[in-house]
Amino acid sequence: MRIKILVRLKGQILEPQGKVIEQSLNSLGFTEFSNIRQGKLIELDLPDNISKEEKVQKIDSACKKLLVNDIIEEYEVLG
Amino acid sequence: MSFKSAVITFPGSNCDRDALCYLNDLTKGEVHNIWHEETSLPKVDLVILPGGFSFGDYLRSGAMASKSKIIHEIVKHANDNRYLLGICNGFQILTEIGLLEGALIRNKKLKFLGKNCFIKKKFKNNFNLSIKDNQILQIPVAHNEGNFYCDTETLNLLKNNEQIAFEYCKGEFSNTEENINGSIEAIAGITNKKKNVLGMMPHPERAYSDFHQSQDGRLIIESLIS
Repeated sequence: MRIKILVRLKGQILEPQGKVIEQSLNSLGFTEFSNIRQGKLIELDLPDNISKEEKVQKIDSACKKLLVNDIIEEYEVLG
Repeated sequence: MSFKSAVITFPGSNCDRDALCYLNDLTKGEVHNIWHEETSLPKVDLVILPGGFSFGDYLRSGAMASKSKIIHEIVKHANDNRYLLGICNGFQILTEIGLLEGALIRNKKLKFLGKNCFIKKKFKNNFNLSIKDNQILQIPVAHNEGNFYCDTETLNLLKNNEQIAFEYCKGEFSNTEENINGSIEAIAGITNKKKNVLGMMPHPERAYSDFHQSQDGRLIIESLIS
């Protein structure tokens, strides 16, 4: 099964790339777009026969050990 | 007794050679260069984690290097109360290992900063003993992710334990910015609680020789040796 993990900077941390993207979009006429923040998506495969509990446990462990720095980032498993 | 030291090289380190010369010239003692896949570390007084782009800065700066085989030995070295200095990418690696608090995020203005900067010491430790209070040091920086971040609770801890070693400041005769990268409280370097581990974004190994613009970087090694 394909796993998608969304990693983003915590809300209180300034995300300057999002600010620049917002300025560019605004200058292209997308003036309704605001509060843009950029994150990253990590995709990976896990065997289909893995149990739901094991899946959650493995993903959480990988995020804590390497994929996410919980001082500055938070994550969400999509789908 | 002669001062022994080592520099760790990761794939993508690019200041390891400078750090080796820095130690060779200033300590006059034994200097080792250790590859990150090594599983043992000679007993040395100081280890430097050098600057560069270890593992191409993939995922986050320092994230991959913090999982290298040698790190187990680095942590043991630090727990043994020996000196550990992380410069630039080395500082990022130390925060990723968890030996230092906080994290280094993208510079506030999104620019890679490669220039001279000015710092002064905040709280005294063995790495800055030879530096006078309010003495302004000129030391180059070269980083994209040097913006020090930590939460308020951690910041209070860093202050209460006097763990802030260096802060950015204005140069004496220049109109330089006071806080070049947006770091909280203009923090340029911090130590651990025991003050034997220092991480700093400026590069003292690029400011020690006659052919460098400044020789202020000498003061770090002089402090440790004195």
